[in-house]
Amino acid sequence: MDFSLSPEVIEFRDEIRSIVREFVTPEIADRMHTTGVFDAPELNLELGRRGILERACPGLGKGDPIEMYVMFNELEKAGAPYDGLAVALMIAAVVNKLGTDEQKERIIPSIISGEALVCMGYSEADFGSDVASIKTRAVKDGDEWVINGSKMWTTLAQVAEWLILLTRTDLDLPKHKGLTMFILPMNTPGITVEPVHTLGTEITNATWYDDVRVGDEAVLGGENNGWRTMTTVLAFERGVMGGTNAGVPLLRHFHEWAEANGIFDEPTTRERMARSVIDMQVATLLTMRSAWIAASGGMPGLEGSMTKVFAVEAYQRASRWTQATAGPAGLLQFHEEGAAGEGFVEYDARHSPVMSIYGGTTEINRNNIAERHLGLPKSR
Amino acid sequence: MSVDLGLSPDQESIAELFDGFFSNEAPPAVARAAEPLGFDRDLWNKVIELGAPGMGSAPENGGGGASLGDLVVVAETVGRSIAPVPLVDHLAALSLLTDADLVAGEAIAAVAVRPADANGIWSLVPTGAVADVVVGVDGDETVVVRSAPPMSGPRNHGSMPLADRSAREGSRTVLGPASLFDAVLDRWKLLTAAALVGIADAAKELGVAYVKDREQFGVPVGSFQAVQHGLADLPVAIDGGRLLTHKAAWALENVTDGLLDWANNDITDGPALATMALLFAADAAVMATDRSLHYHGGYGFAEEYDIQMYYRRARGWSLILNDPTTVSLSLADRLFGSVEG
Repeated sequence: MDFSLSPEVIEFRDEIRSIVREFVTPEIADRMHTTGVFDAPELNLELGRRGILERACPGLGKGDPIEMYVMFNELEKAGAPYDGLAVALMIAAVVNKLGTDEQKERIIPSIISGEALVCMGYSEADFGSDVASIKTRAVKDGDEWVINGSKMWTTLAQVAEWLILLTRTDLDLPKHKGLTMFILPMNTPGITVEPVHTLGTEITNATWYDDVRVGDEAVLGGENNGWRTMTTVLAFERGVMGGTNAGVPLLRHFHEWAEANGIFDEPTTRERMARSVIDMQVATLLTMRSAWIAASGGMPGLEGSMTKVFAVEAYQRASRWTQATAGPAGLLQFHEEGAAGEGFVEYDARHSPVMSIYGGTTEINRNNIAERHLGLPKSR
Repeated sequence: MSVDLGLSPDQESIAELFDGFFSNEAPPAVARAAEPLGFDRDLWNKVIELGAPGMGSAPENGGGGASLGDLVVVAETVGRSIAPVPLVDHLAALSLLTDADLVAGEAIAAVAVRPADANGIWSLVPTGAVADVVVGVDGDETVVVRSAPPMSGPRNHGSMPLADRSAREGSRTVLGPASLFDAVLDRWKLLTAAALVGIADAAKELGVAYVKDREQFGVPVGSFQAVQHGLADLPVAIDGGRLLTHKAAWALENVTDGLLDWANNDITDGPALATMALLFAADAAVMATDRSLHYHGGYGFAEEYDIQMYYRRARGWSLILNDPTTVSLSLADRLFGSVEG
């Protein structure tokens, strides 16, 4: 095996690092935690202006997924607000893979320039893990589709330009077969957005669709082909586009605080810290493997499940012990005097539980591994 | 030079060759028959015929010149088969020793993983019961001692050929300062980590095969989600351990002045990675054997089933260096700097 990045990738990484140094300021981090919007338009635009988004997007430009891994890994390690960018690039990659030429021309440039974000409407109030059972309907009316229903966890809907929307188009087909994915502008009449505040600071949304009318140009990946579109998105989402190294900035913040307060010499703390460093390294190697599989032309769906299960639990372990070790100081929030890790220790204890839910719960991912990797019978 | 996380075609062939060799020549019954000593001379003679004992040695010394990554692949097959031969220890010791009879495998070498005590005794040396040559640290020197092996030792959890050996009695050669030994210990940690990944992998296979076959309530036990989820963690830990082990091999062989930038998760320091691999692979092997044994139900602790042999070796091979806290703290010193005063 070879773990060395090529000279081009190293140059690419260094460019990202210099952009991160310039744009990911404490003010930006602060803004993310006060507004609940995990996105930095100025950062996106700079990455777009320099052609980095096009280069990192699978299937476009240079399109080396190792570069995509490097970009998100650097952003995540720096604690940058990158959620908006991750979703947008993922959808750009899916449009590029499954979309029509017209869709590619109309949608992709707005994303890789760093201007437009995308929000995802899959889950509904009653259908989370069982997403193939969703009820939001799209019905053909002449040349148009009429969409009615509602979605939950439509994160970034309040700022996104595009919406990718999973609907039921055929009631007679089995549940996975009668689904169609749409991609439409968020300013299409009939869409309502209501904020949902969360434990982890980020504001997500509930969205309603009342007689939303779109044409065939909004169908992504073909009528009744929505499940395939969905799994393509998830293969990119799980364990390739960030979300796998969230513990790294936490360990850094905790360490600074522990050193300053003279508790870093405690053997228990040092042992836990060393263990978490191992966890983070393994998480990044599993992520790199998913990226490498994608770079070699494969679809890292199963490996993505494996990466996500491990990385999320590693982050949660780190969050648990750092907060417990900090004691009362681990309860204090951002800008409070004496807060452990400048408040990140407390924040990560609120943020880490979210990670084992979105993008596929840990249980769904374990089902996936049990059935597809170990060859065990379907359990439900 | 760019990221490549697959085995090379050569390594695929090596894995196939050694997995085939061990499954033919050393099915679990061979490990069972070799207990409690944990050494089978006939099997070692066949390992010699394969050229395995010297495969990592330099060609000018009569060795095969294999890369560390190749040795990792071999060590994993040793773990998968729990073959009662001291190949891992021998390959590690030969990073410093070049004697022709060692390269040929006619004499067996062991690594004294902990320094000698004040009386010059290396305690509980892995492979110490059967090794003709032991390399280790005595005081501030790295020494190699040739003496007759006891061919017996204390009965132990992992059925390993352990024995105390003297660093001073026998034919003793001083190789250099104690720091010279670091490279041997790094390689020992690396190859032991690989062997533990192999144990974990075999335990996973045994567990999965058992739950597919065993029926309760009229269905395979493996159709229950509680069982599935316990097993689903195993390939994750195994793949993670394998990647980390190969990264350590790559770093030990290719990187000088590697990074220890844990705050940015940028670690390319070979010795740190070897210790990390050992700790992680040990946990993986312990977890895989725990769960696999548990999902065997009562048969898991019946001696006639093989999983208990893996269970004991997972602990034996991972604890013989030291307790995990001590090993973790040595890693912490390398990553974060040692505690002053």
